[in-house]
This record gives sequence, C-alpha cells and structure tokens, in this order.
Amino acid sequence: MANLLKRRSLLFTKLVNSVNYWKRLSSHFIYFPDNENPVEGDTTKMNMMQAINNAMDITLKNDPTSVLFGEDVGFGGVFRCSLGLQEKYGKDRVFNTPLCEQGIAGFGIGVATAGATAIAEIQFADYIFPAFDQIVNEAAKARYRSGGQYDCGALTIRAPCGAVGHGGLYHSQSPEAFFAHAPGLRIVVPRGPIAAKGLLLSCIREKDPCIFLEPKILYRSATEDVPTGDYTLPLGKAQVLMEGDAATLIGWGTQIHVLLEVAQMAETNLGIKCEVIDLMSILPWDEETVCNSVKKTGRCLVSHEAPLTSGFGAELAATIQEECFLHLEAPIARVTGWDAPFPHVFEPFYLPDKWRCYQALHDLINY
Amino acid sequence: MALKTVASFLRLHALRPTVRLLSTSSKPDVPQNVSKIADFPGAKAPYITEIKFLNETSYDPIPIYRVLDNNGEIIDSRHDPNIDKDTLLNMYKTMVQLTQMDKILYESQRQGRISFYMTNYGEEGIHVGSAAALSPDDLVFSQYREVGVLLFRGVTVTELVNQCYGNDEDPGRGRQMPVHYGFKQRNIVTISSPLATQMSQAVGAAYALKRVPNNNRCVICYFGDGAASEGDAHPAFNFAATLDCPVILLCRNNGYAISTPTSEQYRGDGIAARGPAFGITTARVDGTDPFAVYNAVKQARAISVGTNKPVLIEAMSYRVGHHSTSDDSSAYRSVEEIEKWTKDESPIPKLKIHLEQKGLWDDEADKTWVKESRNIVVQAMQTAEKKKKPHWKEMFEEVYYEMPPKLQKQVQQMESHLKKYGEQYPLEQFKSD
Repeated sequence: MANLLKRRSLLFTKLVNSVNYWKRLSSHFIYFPDNENPVEGDTTKMNMMQAINNAMDITLKNDPTSVLFGEDVGFGGVFRCSLGLQEKYGKDRVFNTPLCEQGIAGFGIGVATAGATAIAEIQFADYIFPAFDQIVNEAAKARYRSGGQYDCGALTIRAPCGAVGHGGLYHSQSPEAFFAHAPGLRIVVPRGPIAAKGLLLSCIREKDPCIFLEPKILYRSATEDVPTGDYTLPLGKAQVLMEGDAATLIGWGTQIHVLLEVAQMAETNLGIKCEVIDLMSILPWDEETVCNSVKKTGRCLVSHEAPLTSGFGAELAATIQEECFLHLEAPIARVTGWDAPFPHVFEPFYLPDKWRCYQALHDLINY
Repeated sequence: MALKTVASFLRLHALRPTVRLLSTSSKPDVPQNVSKIADFPGAKAPYITEIKFLNETSYDPIPIYRVLDNNGEIIDSRHDPNIDKDTLLNMYKTMVQLTQMDKILYESQRQGRISFYMTNYGEEGIHVGSAAALSPDDLVFSQYREVGVLLFRGVTVTELVNQCYGNDEDPGRGRQMPVHYGFKQRNIVTISSPLATQMSQAVGAAYALKRVPNNNRCVICYFGDGAASEGDAHPAFNFAATLDCPVILLCRNNGYAISTPTSEQYRGDGIAARGPAFGITTARVDGTDPFAVYNAVKQARAISVGTNKPVLIEAMSYRVGHHSTSDDSSAYRSVEEIEKWTKDESPIPKLKIHLEQKGLWDDEADKTWVKESRNIVVQAMQTAEKKKKPHWKEMFEEVYYEMPPKLQKQVQQMESHLKKYGEQYPLEQFKSD
C-alpha cells in the first residue's frame, strides 16, 4: 500500500515536473522571486500586474489630485493594471483618452504643470515614439528651461515593454536607451512585483518626470509576497541580488532572471560565484554600486533585450571602462538583442538567453 | 448673388431625401424599410439613398465677427464691450509699448546686441483684446508671438528685456533663446520652441484646473495657423472636447508660417472650420479689432468656466513684420500687401481713433506715450546690458529637482577645467562665486 502511494506520488511529481518543463519552454527564463521584503508588515501574494494596480490604488487614495489615464484604462487596461480603479475613484480620476500617444504625453505634462499628479499609460512601449517629442523636448526640459518656475515632475508615464514570446516588432521593444539620452528624465524598470510597487510609488512621488517601463511578460508570470502597505524604493539605486567575486552580471527587468539563472549555472558547472546587479534605474543610474562591484570582480557582463548598438549597455561599458580600467581583467562583455528589429518567429534566436549569456560569461572567465 | 442662390438651392435639393425620410417617419402607417437614425455607435445620423460627398465648398465660410470698423466706430452698439476707461487706455498703451519694444529690440538684434528677436506687428489687437477679457488667474500657454498678453498682465519691459539678454535677472536663467518668456507669478507658462506642443499641455492643465474644488480659472492656449498643422494640434482639439476641458484655444491666423502662405498650409475653411468637426464651440473674429477679440474671449471664458467645455477662436490677422530676425519676408511677399495691413487694417490706429472719438486720447498724449514707452525700453536695455549673466554653474542646475551624482561630477570637471583654461572663456560676463 505504502509502495503504491509512493509510486503514485512519484508519478505525480513527474507529471508536475513535465508541466513545469513545458511552462519553462514557453518563456526564456525562470522567475526568481524576491525573498526579502523592503518593509515590515503584512504581505499578500500578488503578481506584478496586481502590485502595480495596488501602487496606483494607494496613490489615488492618498493624493486627491492624482489622475490615471490612457488608452483603455477605464475598463481596467489591456493588461488589467487599472482593474477596478475607475469604479473605486470615479470617471474623472481614471479615464480613457482618445487614441493618440502624443496627446496622452502632452495632456499629462499639462496636468502636472497645473500641479496635479498625472499617471499616464502608453499601451505598449513600442507606441511611445509618437510621444517622443513631448517627452524629450517638453517633459525632460520643462524645469530647466523655465529656471525652475514650472516643471512636470508629477508626471509618470507607464508603458509595458520587453519580449513576451510572440510580440513581433511592435509588442516587444525595450526603448530605454532612446530616452536615456535625454537629461531631465528618470527611467525605471522593475524586475518583479515587490520592486514594481516600490519603484512605481517612488516614480509617482518623484519631482522629476519618470518613464516606468514594465516588462509585460512578468505581469502574470511573476508572483511574490508583496507588502500591502505604502513603501517606496529609492530611484537611481541599483540592487545587488547575488554576491560573488568572479564576475559582475548587470541587467534589468526580465533579463535579471536570465542572469540569476546564468549565475546558478556558473556556480554549478564552473564552480564560480558571480555578482548579479539589478540596475533598476536606467537614468540616472547607480554608477557607484556598479563600479564598486566591477572593481571587486574585475570582470563584467552587461545584458539587455534591446539591440546592441547604442543600447544602454554601451553607456555602462564605457563608464565602467573609464572608472575601473586598472581593475578589469577582461574586456566588458555585452550580450543583447541583435541589431535587427524584434522578430516574430525568430524570437528564441533573437533574445540574449541564458545560453548566450552563459557562453559569454565562460569566455569572460577564460579570457 | 445669383450664384449663391443657385448654390443654396442645390444644397437644399440635396437635402430633400433626408427631409422626405424625416417627414414619413411621423406617419406610422407608412411602411418604412429604413430607420430614422442609424444605430451605428460611431455617428448619430439618418440614412439617405443618394450618395452625398462633402467638400470644402459644402459649407459657407465661417464669418468674421467684428465690432469696430476701419474708422474706429462701433458698427452695432449692442456689441459695444463697454470696457472701462482705464482698461481701454491700458489696452491701447500696451499695444504702443509693444510696438516700441519690438522696434528697438529688432534693431538691437540687427546690431548684434541680442542674438534673436521676433516682433508682434499687426497682431497686437489679439493680445490685448484677449488678455483684457481674461482673469489674471487664468493660465496662459503661448507660442511666442503673444507678448502683448504678458505686458497687459503686468510683466514689465525690464523683465522681458532681461530674458532677451539672458542676464542674472532672467527667471529662465539665460537658458533659452530670446522671446521664450515665462512668468509663474503672472500665470504665464514658459514658452518653448517646438511648435504646438503647448496645445495638448494646455488641455491637460485645464483638466487639472477643472478638478480643483470651486474652480474659477480657465486656460488659454495661443497658437498660429502653421502650428495648427502639427500633430499636437489634433489631440489638443480632440482631448479638449472628449474630456470636457475649460480651455480657450486661440488661433492667430496671420496668413503665414515663415514663408508658407495659408494656401499651402490647409485647404479647408481655415482653422475655425475644424472646431465643430471636433465638437468644439467655435467663432472666427477680426484679429485687428481688439473689441471683437475681447467680446469673443469674454464669452468663451464664460462658456469654459461655466460648462467645462473648450472653445476655439480663430483670430484673423496679418503678420506685418518678418517672421523673425532670421527672416526677410520680402523674399516671398509683396511690399504692397504689407502696406495694406499696416495702414488700413491695423489694430493700433483703429483703437486710437476710437479713443479719440471718446475723448480719451489725442495726438499730444500719443506723442508723449510713444516717447515715454521708447524711453522705458531704452532704459531697460541699458540696465539689462550691464547686468552679468548667471553663474556658469547654473548650466547644470534644475535639470533634475536634485542634481544626480553624475552631473555633480561634471560640474567638478568644468570647474577644474576653468581653473586651468579660464582665460579662454568669457567668464567676466558671468557672475562668479
């Protein structure tokens, strides 16, 4: 009897494993949940979509000037991030706009200029480019050009970004580097629910205009015990997620989970410990944490989904080379998307997956 | 006239199927194979059985509202705005002051004393007419050719000149080109060069104001006929209408965008015709008539603040001056054309004659004020020129609310560079530690 039970449970484990196996195949990474909570207090299981919803809920509750708008946010948003907020706070606080990204950005700047808090949603980061002029020429420069008389610091633009498995050219892009060249902006990318809630609340309250890029593949796949209370995470600060001495692996968003797995693979197969850093803030970025780590490890691998040429990895590599020249034991490696538009059926070959990162790390160690 | 009658007859004729359709609907015993109003969610309209294309001649042009004639007389006394004496004089004196400032600063650019300038010739009436009809609390988003609005609100010539020189008194800290004014205490949002970007921003600001309890403010957004072609004009109209924003969108249609005449800018009936298409209450006014602008903006303000609806006003005028100091407009238009608008259809002489008729002004007063306003500008320039420009470190400030470490490092780099190479830079013109 006991034997039968044992055999059954083994069978069950096999089944679960195979399901997990197929689930893993469907995406290019394994999710590494955050184990540490940034604040004490109650937590609830939330996926990233719910954590973002929760951050906006807290904002709408505590800041009576705050408004949330964009295409289709009224019924909850195409990714359900604003679910239930219109019912709770009314149509004048959570509302649909006409379908026009430059209008959404300009409108948001205006709301912030008049002193209210604006949370604007661009449905996909791929569609933020019509708003490029408003973001780069207007939002980023508003405080500077007016001598501090006017600003739109109360503006946060949220946009789902990154690969999703089948998004093709216009549902997969990671446009952070385009905006990283615009002084005056803050660009933030979370890696999961706990980070998303804390960073989004920081962005909303920050006195500079923020672009909050949400890796859309994590909306549902990433689940963590998220603190239910109000908390923020510092902008412009990176986080060391795994300590090591062999090499520094730097990434952000979904790619953090790829790098964490690569670090595990390196430990198992090569017996080395890598330091994994989540940059979190792309602009302004945390030079100190990154350079301190590279000075310690002497080797650095930067990885992002966006194309290589002029990707943000280039900025990191140039700065690290300048600041850590005497500590570097090997050239800085960049494992990124190829210099091609983001393809549909070729996505598995396009992404800087764990195998490409692992091989690059391997070469870096053996240099 | 006859042509017009024929045209309107034809138009009525085209409406016949609709009329017929509507009339049968009142008789329930007559079988119908079409419903009165179609059920499509996208438009509330009746069906017709003949194809009906519309084009720019399908509607009469939107007429131009005017109050003053060329002789400075009020055409219809019911439309006399009854502006009090002090405001009237302020309106007139502001226009003259603006012209004098334009003349002197234009010349000073020619002499290389400032880097750039844009005059307001011919459009002064739009500025003072609209500014007088607004509350000083209303938020102004402007393009760049609306300086009369600032003057009327109490911004001094000295403040404007300081901006043009980018000296230490400039609230913009010398960071922007001349004429990019902004004065928070006067509710004037800082001007930026990219055209039409301020339009959707003005709409957003109006939305935020609407949500303030007991709001009694509206937003006015000025833009030119050329800027109205920009993508940003479209969401401004559309968002303003769909989101019920208390904003007055005031287009200065002066016939040109640099060298491009309106015939190459659009083919419809100007900018005003676009208003109703977006569901926006719209009027077209004579921009050389300060009273017409005043009446229209006054009513527009009442609509905006009272009902949280946008209003579009197209003020027709003529850009008498060059586009800017970097432009010679004789390269693309005739001197005769400019002459006509300088003499017969200019807001300043119109209001002057009107004031004279009322016994509020005369040639003597005019001479004195022209002289005085010239002196104000000359004195402001002399003082502004002597003032130092802001400390070079201000180049790095206010990029962010707090200076990021990377930028702090760049300040230090510049500092040590200047320690060594300071004599290669115009440091003496700038404030120092």
